[in-house]
Amino acid sequence: MTMIKRASVVIIGGGIIGCSIAYNLAKMGCKNIILLEKNSLASGATGRCGAGIRQQFGTEMNCILARESIKIFENLSQELDYDIELNQGGYLMLAYTEKEVNQFKKNVALEQSLGIDVRYITVKKAKEIVPPLNTEGVLAATFCPTDGHANPFNTNFAYAEAAQRLGVKIYNFTEVREIKTENNRIVSVSTDKGEVLTPIVINAAGGYSGEIGKMAGVEIPVYSQRHQILITEPVDPLFKPMLMSFSRNFYCQQTPHGSIIMGFGDPDEPKGHDIGTSWQFARDMAQKMTAVVPLLKEVSMVRQWSGLYNMSPDSQPIVGEHPQVNGFYMAVGFSGHGFMLAPVASRLMAELILKGKTSIPIDRLDIGRFERGELIIEPSVV
Amino acid sequence: MKDETIICRCEDVTWGEIRQALEKGYTTLDEIKRVTRAGMGRCQGTTCRRIILREIAKFCHKSIEEVTIPTFRPPTKPVKLGTLAGDDDD
Repeated sequence: MTMIKRASVVIIGGGIIGCSIAYNLAKMGCKNIILLEKNSLASGATGRCGAGIRQQFGTEMNCILARESIKIFENLSQELDYDIELNQGGYLMLAYTEKEVNQFKKNVALEQSLGIDVRYITVKKAKEIVPPLNTEGVLAATFCPTDGHANPFNTNFAYAEAAQRLGVKIYNFTEVREIKTENNRIVSVSTDKGEVLTPIVINAAGGYSGEIGKMAGVEIPVYSQRHQILITEPVDPLFKPMLMSFSRNFYCQQTPHGSIIMGFGDPDEPKGHDIGTSWQFARDMAQKMTAVVPLLKEVSMVRQWSGLYNMSPDSQPIVGEHPQVNGFYMAVGFSGHGFMLAPVASRLMAELILKGKTSIPIDRLDIGRFERGELIIEPSVV
Repeated sequence: MKDETIICRCEDVTWGEIRQALEKGYTTLDEIKRVTRAGMGRCQGTTCRRIILREIAKFCHKSIEEVTIPTFRPPTKPVKLGTLAGDDDD
């Protein structure tokens, strides 16, 4: 496909964020949108993620965004005419320390005040929800039955194909080389396939969003960090919810397909773009999860891989226009929550661009909050 | 080849599903894997990878050597988590 000469919006990044923004802009009537992807769709963080969807967060902002995102997810297969394999088996968050117990009580109070169906439960109740759970060391748990999981590939392709049906042009294997500005205004994007004139660029480049920022002449305070993950062979249903612990540092979920996916965040992981894998991770992961669900000892790992979290200083996304570059919009720094927040973040981004205001206030997710010192620290991140 | 022919035996992916993915414009092995799950099962594509590569080449009028091969992901063979957990040398 030869590059068109002029577009009303250029989106950089063919992951869930870029594709869902393309879809929402087109759905709201915007014409002549193009999306640039340097590899193929879902080849970055989206296709590599655990694809969990939860509403159990420690900040009001994340709770509200996640709550609204779940509502969209619930009708998304129908809306996009593509089965995204949404599976609402809940998230069971396990508390192993007193500090965690206190944080969970605070989180539940906050979540309930925002209308999220979540409960603080005893160890006995947790064991009823997940019978193969080894409760040793577990002090309490929280459970939200409407949390869950979807197929990240299907969701990404569903948005992309729906966007294309609405006229969005997607250029795969097309790498952005330069973003030109004039008088602090976006004028064009140059790629290895040609140049396109545009007044609006949306940075949805995930792990490479900092690099895209530099091309537009701005510093975005994000960094990328490898997160490893593994998956087992498919087995009979063992448990429904996502199991998660912050202090023991793991998440683990059985997909509807039967395979079990699990990961943890290495606190010593250096910043950067490495997406290799290590045996140490597979061993540590196996040790962690076989201790929590001993039955897993008999289940085989078939594949391991990694992807990039794009971290912001407060683990909350940066969503909005850059104050110094007119027409340069960012949907970056999702800090491991891009997949679950994409449905709502993309809708709000489309509203912001086309109407200048959003149906849910997200002014506080602007890039200016770091300079103002108004960080929204999220305590509940793996 | 018939549409009902199973190409990926681990994930029960038929030629019809792969053909449809090709026709939609998903013409690399990585994309076909992500769209159909072909090659993501227990054998990790050992059986189906070559067939799909051949069909991509045919569909795109390329030689097999020109088709990009996906990233190799460990392990080579499935390993029980219990075995992995008991392994204590670095």
